Amino acid sequence: MQATSHAGYAGNHDHDSHGHPTGWKRWVTTTNHKDIGTMYLWFSFVMFLVGGAMSLIIRAELFAPGLQYVSPEFYNQMLTLHALIMVFGAIMPAFVGFANWMIPMMIGASDMAFARLNNWSFWLLPPAAILLTASLFMPGGAAGTGWTLYPPLSVQMGMGMDMAIFAVHILGMSSIMGSINIVTTILNLRTPGMTLMKMPLFCWTWLVTGFLLIASMPILAGAVTMLLTDRHFGTSFFAAAGGGDPVLFQHIFWFFGHPEVYIIALPAFGVVSHVIPAFSRKPLFGYASMVYAIAAIGLISFFVWAHHMYVTGIPLTGQLYFMYATMLIAVPTGVKVFNWVTTMWRGSLTFETPMLFALGFLVLFTIGGLTGLVLAMTAVDIQLQDTYYVVAHFHYVMVAGALFSAYAGLYFWLPKWTGHMYNEKLGKLHFWLSMIFFNIAFFPQHFLGLAGMPRRIPDYAQQFADFNVISGIGAFGFGFSQLLVLVIVFQAVKGGAKASSRPWDGAHGLEWTVPSPAPYHTFEDPPVFNQAEAHG
Amino acid sequence: MSHPASASRYFVPEPSHWPLVGSMALLLLASGAVMMMNSLANGGYVLLGGFAILTIMLFGWFGRVVGESEGMRYNLQVDRSFRLAMGWFIFSEVMFFVAFFGALFYIRVLAIPDLASPEQAVLWEGFRDIWPSAGPAAKDPFSPMHAWGIPAINTLLLLSSGVTVTWAHWGLIANKRQQLIIGLALTILLGVLFLSLQVYEYLEAYSHLNLKMTTGVYGSTFFMLTGFHGFHVTLGVTMLTVILMRSIKGHFTAERHFAFEGVAWYWHFVDVVWLGLFIVIYWL
Amino acid sequence: MLCGTAPTLSGEREKMARHSNNDHDSKRLRTRFTGRLFAGLLGLLSSAANAAWELNLQEPVTATARRVYELHSLLLWVIAVIFVGVFAVVAYSLVFHRKSKGHKPATFHDNTAVELAWTIVPTLILIAIAFPATSALVDMRDTSQPDVTVKVTGYQWKWGYEYLTGDAAGIKYMSVLSTPRDQIENKAPKGEHYLLEVDHPLVVPVGKKVRILTTANDVIHNWSVPAFAVKTDAVPGFLRDTWFRAEKEGTYRGQCSELCGKDHGFMPVVVEVVSEEKYAAWVADQKQQMAAVAEDPNKAWTLEEQVALGEKVYTANCAACHQANGEGLPPAFPALNGSKIATGPQQAHLELVINGKPGTAMAAFGGQLSDTDIAAVVAYERNAWTNKLGEVIQPADVKALRGK
Ligand code: HEA
Ligand code: HEA
Ligand code: HEC
Ligand code: CUA
Ligand SMILES: [Cu+2]
Repeated sequence: MQATSHAGYAGNHDHDSHGHPTGWKRWVTTTNHKDIGTMYLWFSFVMFLVGGAMSLIIRAELFAPGLQYVSPEFYNQMLTLHALIMVFGAIMPAFVGFANWMIPMMIGASDMAFARLNNWSFWLLPPAAILLTASLFMPGGAAGTGWTLYPPLSVQMGMGMDMAIFAVHILGMSSIMGSINIVTTILNLRTPGMTLMKMPLFCWTWLVTGFLLIASMPILAGAVTMLLTDRHFGTSFFAAAGGGDPVLFQHIFWFFGHPEVYIIALPAFGVVSHVIPAFSRKPLFGYASMVYAIAAIGLISFFVWAHHMYVTGIPLTGQLYFMYATMLIAVPTGVKVFNWVTTMWRGSLTFETPMLFALGFLVLFTIGGLTGLVLAMTAVDIQLQDTYYVVAHFHYVMVAGALFSAYAGLYFWLPKWTGHMYNEKLGKLHFWLSMIFFNIAFFPQHFLGLAGMPRRIPDYAQQFADFNVISGIGAFGFGFSQLLVLVIVFQAVKGGAKASSRPWDGAHGLEWTVPSPAPYHTFEDPPVFNQAEAHG
Repeated sequence: MSHPASASRYFVPEPSHWPLVGSMALLLLASGAVMMMNSLANGGYVLLGGFAILTIMLFGWFGRVVGESEGMRYNLQVDRSFRLAMGWFIFSEVMFFVAFFGALFYIRVLAIPDLASPEQAVLWEGFRDIWPSAGPAAKDPFSPMHAWGIPAINTLLLLSSGVTVTWAHWGLIANKRQQLIIGLALTILLGVLFLSLQVYEYLEAYSHLNLKMTTGVYGSTFFMLTGFHGFHVTLGVTMLTVILMRSIKGHFTAERHFAFEGVAWYWHFVDVVWLGLFIVIYWL
Repeated sequence: MLCGTAPTLSGEREKMARHSNNDHDSKRLRTRFTGRLFAGLLGLLSSAANAAWELNLQEPVTATARRVYELHSLLLWVIAVIFVGVFAVVAYSLVFHRKSKGHKPATFHDNTAVELAWTIVPTLILIAIAFPATSALVDMRDTSQPDVTVKVTGYQWKWGYEYLTGDAAGIKYMSVLSTPRDQIENKAPKGEHYLLEVDHPLVVPVGKKVRILTTANDVIHNWSVPAFAVKTDAVPGFLRDTWFRAEKEGTYRGQCSELCGKDHGFMPVVVEVVSEEKYAAWVADQKQQMAAVAEDPNKAWTLEEQVALGEKVYTANCAACHQANGEGLPPAFPALNGSKIATGPQQAHLELVINGKPGTAMAAFGGQLSDTDIAAVVAYERNAWTNKLGEVIQPADVKALRGK
């Protein structure tokens, strides 16, 4: 990805070619959206490996009943950091990286609206990552509360908890500033003629995602701030003795947390909405209804939070309301699935790696969504809450959903970034290994959950042993298959077949009109927007 | 003065080291705070160091922005971007307050009545659903803060400060620099008065009313909401001061003065939040 | 490490051989039908096998659990049909609309009628599902008119049971994991009910409506028994309730289902459902035992007696954190061996145990333990390991401190 640098620095650059710093200084001071996008993507991949390594510790410990390698406290810390790092460190930055690279090119802007702020949004991530990982080495270790940080357990934790709280504050700042930037860019910097309803769908998903982030991250920050004062300043927001309520934290957390899962899912939908039409050689079906569905999902996601809290003793009427509201979200999501399916219908399909990952996404995300629907039924959820069924559900939507979609985007845009085609054979191998091992790792977890195996335990009863062995094998296979990505990306950065400006014959959009690799500065003058590259 | 850059050219700033400096400042601030809260040695110094670096960064960064603005490097498109961004930023701040207001609402409407309900009598015999409450295990009595003393005065102060910024804005539009400067100065004065009264109110609460952060949920929500608001007033006053300085230096024109407007919006936002606070914290 | 557990695993294999059908099923994991088949098969086998507790997790033993079971089966069919329907279309495209087969792309990109249809039809399906889902839930939440009421308190990491009504009123005890440490650390072969066994299960009569009131002492726990479809958070400072009416005698097992710290995985729930006669006998027996141990507050304790009792109390209540050898798990859980408090003034030590330390995992044991037990456990700590202080502590001293 770095290779883009000045290599293809041809094109329409002129006035802005004042001396750019080189070496490490280029990266820390850059205001270039492509540099920043690249940094986001590398950061997210490193975090993915770190978070993944933690998940392998989890799976190793669960390989057999009995305590194997780690103590229960350490297990809990791994669990918490795995989730926080994956969600905030790997998946979210990956899609912000895509947004940085692609949105200005898609809408014909030369950069993000606030290029300097953009750099800060990125450079806030390393301090947060440092706080999170360093907390492992503090007395008492990292927070061992699960990523949900529920008090009063989180009040008992040591200073690792405080570090996690401040990490969340910093991550929140980064997300909010990043989102304001993206939203402003989309609203204000589109090239003349590109109306909102003609803009690429990826931009639409990010517009709504940005809104969700701006609205929900402050809520999380508020929640952890109250946690902090409960821990150190004697307040009693979450302590019954002082008139507070531990469940209050859960309400606030999930008021953030549920939109959060769509923050992860929506950009993934966006990527897939570009990949599927490109390899079907057919326009996206139902552009307008896609847009309405995205907006509906964004809106409804603020009104369903307590489906994570069915067993906390909320009143029956509350349970009923949240059950109905949650079911409702299946409708717009279904619209999207049906639109993708219809886009492929009577297309002219080919199956390069991006398409394979998009298809993998489609199948597995739908499974995850459908199990989500099962969980939405309060009565059933009471059986399944806090069991491995939930773990299976959300890894289907987040790993096979968001992560697969991120891979689809990576392979789709890699030629544009590096100017080289990636190794298609290795790419396909990566897909098939991922697809197979993912299912081996996570499908059996549905059965574990149905049989009643609780989540967040380091040791389990004997009847769960066999499926855990299978799941462990799958997890290790899946994890090591991901190292292929490194090989593939390095190869493409270093060399390989030259990519044309439009390496995929079915791809449309302004980003495909610039050379590959994309010049350091693109669209310094707004391009002419013609119907052939429009999406709506 | 030259014309603003043409609207068809995008503005992209040069590379800058301020973001990285800002990140380091935040890392130090966070580390220092963690160290202090866990009584580790030197936490205070780390915190202070972080704060110092942050201040330098803010001066450096905003100095740069002001320079670019005065150097007429921002076109109308950039101006629109600023407006949009300020709007979204204020929205995110509103959501921050929503979390705390939501907590207060939840506690008053759900948690306290629930704790006092007959079903919970096994646990909290004799606890009654009255607000203000410090919870079922409260020991020492306290007096709540009354609405019609300092808080009412503070409401008046903030409301009139809203009027004075608007008056200053009129002055700016009408090219009456005197009015602009006096209006801003008055606004800042009102803001400072507000803050001083709030400090007095807090001292009063701690020394005479036995109302503290530790006074159950009433104390928790009272100090969290008013404190967080006070923090925003402080920010607002700081920003107003910067704007005042710039006005004195002769920045801003009748047509182009986004920085002024952004701060004015922010001030109005702080104002509106106070009205909410006054009603739900002090009055009801 | 793995070698250590290998015998167990292969033992487990043998058991699974009997379930060879299931093994076969696991290969066809892709269709959601198998989930149901699987559950069904487990249910069938449960009647055959002898100590078959592991299977009745799926076999409902209350009317509510059966409704949930049926609701889940229904949902499984619905989502399976939707899944197959959608991906049949996809599969068709993948096979017939390939470029390699020379298929030329169509150009359509909108169809309002179709788009409306696939908005409305799913909505209708959802509305249809909502009816059974609602009625099952309403039934689950109806805790009125119980025959027996038990208050369940979650502690880190054990359950406290207290019978509130009927003949059993006043019976009160703790229920702690009884799996030996050796099994957990792979030093001994694991028993059949590994991690799902306790010293004193909850005992309830068959066919009676049992109302469970949950609360907690320290952090949130969750009292859960899958066979009853019961799962309710135990929130400190609040009471929640749920209920069940078990239809069959037997022993039913569940686990704490809310992360509650280090030993969250080690606080099982065990409920014994017994006939009415057995229940009456159990109640009588409990009452008698309680009378027998009713303490004589003025008893003068000798050091040996007290340390012996104290060791028991320590093992049951303190060893989870401070460890049997008194070394704790620093820095999270301090060592008591040689600690300042455990070797310092007696009163501070007693007060700490009675009142706990707010904001840490050190709970207030004043509410959990009797004066005698507190005196004993503190005396034990002050005499065990290298803390040889030789002090006897009178329960009366504890009583005196409690008032403060
Ligand atoms: C990317 C992230 C993501 C996404 C997209 C979703 C999507 C959904 N989730 Fe998921 N969820 C999580 C991430 C996500 N979830 C996480 C992380 C947790 C656990 C958090 C924790 O506790 O740690 C969780 C937990 C969770 C719970 C709580 C479980 C518990 O703890 O007890 C519930 C309950 O309602 C739920 C429901 C749903 C539903 C209904 C959807 C819907 O949006 C799904 C909609 C999609 C479809 C339904 C499929 C496609 C539709 C069709 C083909 C149309 C036809 C369909 C019908 C008519 C039915 N989720
Ligand atoms: C998007 C988010 C995301 C992603 C991508 C993943 C990815 C994975 N998760 Fe994660 N997971 C969560 C989010 C995510 N998870 C959340 C939110 C929870 C809930 C936590 C809670 O309860 O609070 C959770 C919990 C969770 C559990 C439940 C633990 C428990 O409840 O006790 C398990 C267990 O199997 C698990 C496994 C995995 C595995 C095997 C992967 C794999 O996909 C990972 C694959 C990747 C790798 C394995 C990396 C490969 C790297 C190497 C092999 C080399 C290592 C070397 C170096 C570091 C140089 N996860
Ligand atoms: C859930 C875990 C847990 C259990 C169970 C527990 N403790 Fe503790 N205990 C702690 C923690 C944590 C501390 C440290 C508190 C602090 O931060 O000072 C502590 C501190 C102590 C101390 C003070 C040690 C010192 O020198 O600082 C004593 C004495 C003590 N516990 C006794 C007991 C006794 C007696 C029991 C059982 C009746 C018990 N504990 C059960 C967690 C536990
Ligand atoms: Cu108790 Cu988990
Ligand atoms: Cu959710």
